[in-house]
Amino acid sequence: MSADKNASASHSSDLRAAVDRFIADGALDAASRRLSELWRRETGSATASFLVSRVEKIRDQLPLTKCKVAILRSFTVEPIMALLRAEAFTYRIDLEVYVGDFNTYVQDIVDASSSLYRFAPNAVVLAVRTEDVAPELTHRFADFAPEVARHAADRVVNSYVQWVDSFRQYSQAALIVHSLERPSRPSFGVLDSQSDTGQSGLIRHINSELRRVAGIHRGVYMLDYDALVARYGSEHWHDERKWLMARLPISADHLLPMAREWMRFLVPLSGRTAKALVVDLDNTLWGGIIGEDGMTGIKIGPEHPGAAFQSLQRALLDLSRRGILLAICSKNNLDDAMEALDKHPGMLLRSKDFASVRINWGDKSQNIREIAQELNIGTDSLAFLDDNPFEREQVRAALPEVTLIDLPQNPTEYAAIVRDCPVFERLVLSAEDQQRTAMYAGQRQRADAEHTFQSKEDFFRFLEQEAELSPVSDLTLARIAQLTQKTNQFNLTTRRYSEAQIAEMAKQPGWNIFSIRVRDRFGDHGVVGVAIAHDQGEQCEVDTFLLSCRVIGRTVETALLAHIAKSAAERGCKRLVGWFLPTKKNAPARDFYPQHQFELVEQNRDGSLWSFDLTRQEVAFPKWVKLVTLN
Amino acid sequence: MNPAVFDQIRMMASDLFGVPAERIRASSSPETLENWDSVQHLNLVLALEEKFGLQLSPEEIEQMKSVGDTAKLIETKLRSTPR
Repeated sequence: MSADKNASASHSSDLRAAVDRFIADGALDAASRRLSELWRRETGSATASFLVSRVEKIRDQLPLTKCKVAILRSFTVEPIMALLRAEAFTYRIDLEVYVGDFNTYVQDIVDASSSLYRFAPNAVVLAVRTEDVAPELTHRFADFAPEVARHAADRVVNSYVQWVDSFRQYSQAALIVHSLERPSRPSFGVLDSQSDTGQSGLIRHINSELRRVAGIHRGVYMLDYDALVARYGSEHWHDERKWLMARLPISADHLLPMAREWMRFLVPLSGRTAKALVVDLDNTLWGGIIGEDGMTGIKIGPEHPGAAFQSLQRALLDLSRRGILLAICSKNNLDDAMEALDKHPGMLLRSKDFASVRINWGDKSQNIREIAQELNIGTDSLAFLDDNPFEREQVRAALPEVTLIDLPQNPTEYAAIVRDCPVFERLVLSAEDQQRTAMYAGQRQRADAEHTFQSKEDFFRFLEQEAELSPVSDLTLARIAQLTQKTNQFNLTTRRYSEAQIAEMAKQPGWNIFSIRVRDRFGDHGVVGVAIAHDQGEQCEVDTFLLSCRVIGRTVETALLAHIAKSAAERGCKRLVGWFLPTKKNAPARDFYPQHQFELVEQNRDGSLWSFDLTRQEVAFPKWVKLVTLN
Repeated sequence: MNPAVFDQIRMMASDLFGVPAERIRASSSPETLENWDSVQHLNLVLALEEKFGLQLSPEEIEQMKSVGDTAKLIETKLRSTPR
């Protein structure tokens, strides 16, 4: 055992002692930071167990997002649970876990009164091994006639269809279905690959059917377990002895990868995603230092050693296609850096791909704050990528809410680390996501235009805004749910809804769900706002009212309010009422009701209730906004 | 006994069984540590395999009757497997 291992052992026992001391003193923020540090230093089962036991003591007092996940399974998953909860903690998620009994997943799903549904999960994982659901397609495959095996495959698909149907009947939780794993050593050897009806072919068929089933239900997703095992290698993933001894098929080294794969779903489901990634330049986006090595010296291109950096740039480009904004924060001379960005032939990314750029010698955490302001998002929606551990620590200390991506020494690992980071996962992709960078480029032009007008009204007229108001439809459902989950600032009640919940609400009488889409002379913003109004006799209550930050302050909010007021009056309602529920983030929406002549009726700990008399007043639709209504 | 290996195992046992490290001795066993049940025994095995990069056979797992026995077993395995 080397001396530095000893040093690290004593350091980690100090960290544990520090955690307990901070908890005893009630310094929970400090305790929580030490726990995260401990987890980074010593990621593993034993540490996870320590971490979970301490989080248990303080979780109610920390600003964590709660998420209840149920794991329905046909194998031992218990040793993964502490790892899963520890990982969740690092993404500020307080995970409560329910583990179903061995192989009782069918009863759990089809029985409306089962303990699964009593647990009221937000997400359910269905993790079933191929041999438990389809014995004819595993060890004894060679004993069966081909048509028996084909029938077995059909039976498996039908069972899943029924399970998913029942599940949707009783629960609106997200459902994550593991695909079935193919055998690494098929019964017929190489012959198995020669037809579609071999073991692999039939399991592939089941998996593609499962994907189809997931696609037609809202909030049902496939976790490609077969691909996950392949990524790590079947030989390494499995541990036959543990399977026989404890019904645990996964080796000790791969329990964490299993937990992390689940997190790729649970992080976006909990709304803990990053909206933008801030990157450094030298030795991150390219090898070397532009200010010293110059255009010919930096490493970026298709050949080693520049190839590793090109792979990272490809990964970043893929993120931007997913709707994640890119920004630069680098200590450099602006001219040197811009020349490399826009002129170097090896670069895949150019300056136009970045929604915000801070190249200067200032403090990185200050620059990151400014980037967040410019992009109109909270710093907790930012991730930061920098090769320099010193810069990372400085940012970590100043802005603990920023997701930090720790890069290893070897640049060839950079791209995979970025691709594996769960804060960038999205479970649905809207047209808005795919065009986001272009929209922000338009925004920069709009901001320039604003400076040249005499009055706000002149500017609003110049914008030629068009608001398209429409009731919820299949086309907008995903986007509406996404907006309720992601919008923090201009959001009056901050109620989060899943797609399935919105779909359910739309079916109920008295619920009116509208979305607003905005276009102007610079481009299409897409669907940027949601209002949900609930009729209760003579009064209509605004359940949800929100707008994406990029259209606030241009009277679009008034247009949306005017529309729901008018439609409530048309339905015979006499009053429009609505709560403002303050959060840390929604100050921009605080004065919205009073500004529109609503009167205060009630104020309590949670917020304030406002009312508008529809029989005597109306909310004027802004005259410079052209209204388009779709039914 | 190699003190570094013993200390690491003691810390793991402390994490897994929820007992302060200084209260764990070489003689600590499922009889003396309340939380050392079959579930935590499996977790200890997995934590050892993951930490030391080795695999334990069912026979070896049987031999882990105390923290001291476990440390001796791991030391022997670390000496015999070139790393």
